[in-house]
Amino acid sequence: MIARVLTTGVIAGLVAGLAVAALQHFTTTPLILAAEVYETAQHAHDGAVEGAALTGLSRTAATSVATIAVSIGYALILLAAMLISGDAIAPRRVALWGACAFAATGLATSLGLAPQLPGMAETDLTARQIWWLATALSTGAGLFALLRLDSAAAKIVGVALIVAPHFFAPQPATPESTAPAELAARFAAASLAVQAVSWALAGALAGLVWRLLSREPEAS
Amino acid sequence: MTANSSVNAAALASSRLEALRAAAVALVLGFGLVWLAGFAYPESVHDSAHDTRHALSFPCH
Repeated sequence: MIARVLTTGVIAGLVAGLAVAALQHFTTTPLILAAEVYETAQHAHDGAVEGAALTGLSRTAATSVATIAVSIGYALILLAAMLISGDAIAPRRVALWGACAFAATGLATSLGLAPQLPGMAETDLTARQIWWLATALSTGAGLFALLRLDSAAAKIVGVALIVAPHFFAPQPATPESTAPAELAARFAAASLAVQAVSWALAGALAGLVWRLLSREPEAS
Repeated sequence: MTANSSVNAAALASSRLEALRAAAVALVLGFGLVWLAGFAYPESVHDSAHDTRHALSFPCH
């Protein structure tokens, strides 16, 4: 069982990650590179010049590896959650779990922390990371209570878990972005779309690979 | 009949346990990968994963 779960996660995440990396290459990465031009110009003006750590092909490769790692992680998390809740693992069902996961890690978190371009005003990183994680987990648990539990009390707790994190959202930084607002708006939208695709694709492919592996008698 | 159903119950319990064990391994590995790519601090990890962190709206910088 462990072998089947891990094999499914790795294959689904690898394929989904490659597709998402290609999508990033044409959607979010050009916007990040454009924003870095403004950021570098501002830094040069301030007297502090710093180049990007990676450029060209090595940067694309590193980004793709990171995206594949996240996609394998997403696929494994979805499979684990479905196994724990005892849900049947099939492409459409895992994709739906993926949609809920996107609502937790994408929609809920972007309400308090909009996706950011390099060079945008920032506050303390650790505080933002803690809020992001707590919000994603709380929203995920809340959606589970709302959609999978029947009692009225569970649904009330579910709504509370979804709403509560937003009372503790990090204070936005004073706007002093070097990136133009148009660029930032396009990036926020593109980032959410890319994240939605990664969850849905990792989920659908995990369901598909799981079904294929389950057909082989020795794989069970 | 009773013996059969208790055997079935035992088989069901052991397969449930196996599923939970697999889920625990997948959960730890899954969160580990997302943590490494999306949150970890070392500069080399941050630089490599930089564009992905921004693109998938993980908090960055």
